[in-house]
Amino acid sequence: MFVIKYRKLFYTISSILVVASVASFIVWGLKTGIDFSGGALIDVAYDAGTRPEVSVITRGLVAIDPAVSVRLSGAEDFIIRMKDISQTEKVAVMNVLSLDGSASTTIKAFDSIGPVLGAEALRKAYVSILLVLLGIVFFITFAFRKVSEPVSSWKYGLTAVIALAHDVIIPAGVFSILGHFAGYEVDTLFVTALLVVLGFSVHDTIVVFDRVRENLKNSGNMKPFSDVVGESISQTFVRSINTSMTTLLALVILYIFGGSSTAHFSLVLIIGIAVGTYSSIFIGSPLLVTLQKWSKKGK
Amino acid sequence: MLRHRARAVFIIIIAAAIGYFVYASNTTTSKHAFHLGLDLSGGTHLVYSADVSKLVARDVADSMTALRNVVENRVNQFGVSEPLVQTEQNAALSNKESAFKLIVELPGVTNIDDAIKSIGATPVLEFKLVTADEMRAFASSSTALNSTSTDITKDPTYLSLFKETGLTGRMVAKASVEFNQTTNAPIVGLSFTSDGRDLFGTITKNHIGDFLGIFLDGKLISAPVIRDAILDGKGQISGTFTIDEVKSLVRDLNFGALPVPITLISSQAIGPSLGAEAVNGGIKAGIIAFIIIAIFLIVWYRLPGFIATIALAVYVTLSLAIFKLGVSPTVIIFCIILMFLAMRYHWGWGAAAIIFYGLMTTIDGVLSPVTLTAAGIAGFILSIGMAVDANILIFERTKEELVRGRTIGDAMHEGFARAWTSIRDSNISSFITGFVLYFFGSTSIVTGFALVFVVGVMVSMFTAITVSRLLLYAVAPAHDTKFTRFLIGNGFKRSIKNEV
Repeated sequence: MFVIKYRKLFYTISSILVVASVASFIVWGLKTGIDFSGGALIDVAYDAGTRPEVSVITRGLVAIDPAVSVRLSGAEDFIIRMKDISQTEKVAVMNVLSLDGSASTTIKAFDSIGPVLGAEALRKAYVSILLVLLGIVFFITFAFRKVSEPVSSWKYGLTAVIALAHDVIIPAGVFSILGHFAGYEVDTLFVTALLVVLGFSVHDTIVVFDRVRENLKNSGNMKPFSDVVGESISQTFVRSINTSMTTLLALVILYIFGGSSTAHFSLVLIIGIAVGTYSSIFIGSPLLVTLQKWSKKGK
Repeated sequence: MLRHRARAVFIIIIAAAIGYFVYASNTTTSKHAFHLGLDLSGGTHLVYSADVSKLVARDVADSMTALRNVVENRVNQFGVSEPLVQTEQNAALSNKESAFKLIVELPGVTNIDDAIKSIGATPVLEFKLVTADEMRAFASSSTALNSTSTDITKDPTYLSLFKETGLTGRMVAKASVEFNQTTNAPIVGLSFTSDGRDLFGTITKNHIGDFLGIFLDGKLISAPVIRDAILDGKGQISGTFTIDEVKSLVRDLNFGALPVPITLISSQAIGPSLGAEAVNGGIKAGIIAFIIIAIFLIVWYRLPGFIATIALAVYVTLSLAIFKLGVSPTVIIFCIILMFLAMRYHWGWGAAAIIFYGLMTTIDGVLSPVTLTAAGIAGFILSIGMAVDANILIFERTKEELVRGRTIGDAMHEGFARAWTSIRDSNISSFITGFVLYFFGSTSIVTGFALVFVVGVMVSMFTAITVSRLLLYAVAPAHDTKFTRFLIGNGFKRSIKNEV
């Protein structure tokens, strides 16, 4: 199977992607949305043709928050991002937006989230990612407990987690780059998407592992391990590609037609699931072979 | 064969009936209309943090319940349809400041200033003590008490004399409008709860001659001298009130004296236009996704692909029906267990799950409808893509068994039997993700997604295993010909040859 034969090539591709993502992470970091950092986000629409200049609004709001950011959105909207505001400050903000009552405005969305709640959401995000990872390792170790030769069951779990880390790091890296150049923010939905990617990608990895488990049982240790894994990958190849394809189809359609509130969410999923399918075929299972070769050398 | 066909027809009829229910109940007046989250219907989501630091630990839970009731009363008087008021106590990973939260959702209301005011303006009533000695000392040292130009009730040194007694509005059972018998001035009559009566009794007994300050929202209303021990749990607030002031104070104390002070830490208002965009986009994306996936399945997997498309249609119908009829964690977990039994032992367990769920819907209050959010709709569309996975696994396996030289009937049986370990293990990992998201989701958007996701995975197990198996057996070709092998096979090869 070419996947096993050229595994070092695939390791290299993935390593480059992961290193690039981590580098982007360190240099630019992630731009956090208001649900993590706290702050206010206002989507205000004006009647056709009456939207004032950005500078007018910015000048008015600087008094309340010097770091205010006002962006154009669509033909009639502003998206305003500032620190979280109290009820009294809100009156002042509304005055600025309506040009002291002279312009008619529609508030499409007005969110203000305190820093306490943001910090809590961030903590929950970290813990949920950690819990999902741990849950999956334990589950795989348990599900493959009867398979101990030639690779012990916890190594299946470990391999799955390496593949999963890969699947989370790359979309996060992409969003770090998008955050720097296009202002994409990371919010609770982003984390949700990452968790779904985890679930989906482990799905794929398990299907291959399951085949390895079955083929090991049937071959009765007669074939070299790398052949068994290679055979399992080729047997599940079409299925993995087809399942990912139906899911990606659904997501691309969602990205195009689903409206702005879930566009970024589906983008994370598209990247993550594409990377996840790749890793379950080209990284996860070949890693099993590598681990087996190492432990053989050790003996 | 005939039995399989009868069952298949039965399943399609039931699915059609459920489909009709989903469609027909889609009016705004129906009890079973889709329950849209605030981000779709528009509305306001407010989060308050409740300051319980002044309460005794064992009173906290009661006070939070009281707080919820009071705010709910307030909100109901405000005339919002279907408001949601709930408390969250010691939620996972909260820190001290946000350990106790009050969450208010007001669907359809986006001009929230009045609502916030009416929730926040509710008074906090406190009783604080100053001893007679302290009061005398203050009077002799300060000129403020004798001066008519300054308002004594705003003097910080004066206010700092008052010491907390632990007696608060939380202990007021009932307030009423009364009149002073000599001056005929309106006053507020209070009757305390049994705890309040005991505490009030102790305070008045031990502090005869001292002053009891009555504070409303931190403002001193009056500071009468305690003349006698009051043991019957009745008290009054007198001051320079007009009759209207007394009336509103009584109403606030009865319906709105907040047992715990709260501060607004998050407010989100979503206008209806953004929600409508998400709903329309979601529906459109769902339909297109379904059609494209169906075309793919039929082109690639032929006859089984067609069956999988029907199973997918059943999946969509059943899931939508469940979103309407509602779920509960216990019911979900029980159904999941039945699904695993269906996969492992007999498809009949899947039917048992449906019957069990049907029974649950007839009992009031067991299930609560799934609130659909934009993320939830996205999750559902994602699940349409994922739901075919089990079918794909089974069909690929069937094809392999055909290649190994089995007959069509045997290959199909083997396909279902051997794919099961993969389906089991991969679905369990999906459930792990779903449950973590549900219990650690920081916002209703995330938990809404998680619920849809878990329901989706559960229903997809049912449709992929029970429904598609019955349908496939019903239409399975009885004879092994080149043509029937073509129908059952898949991929680009015209027919299946033994591969090397």
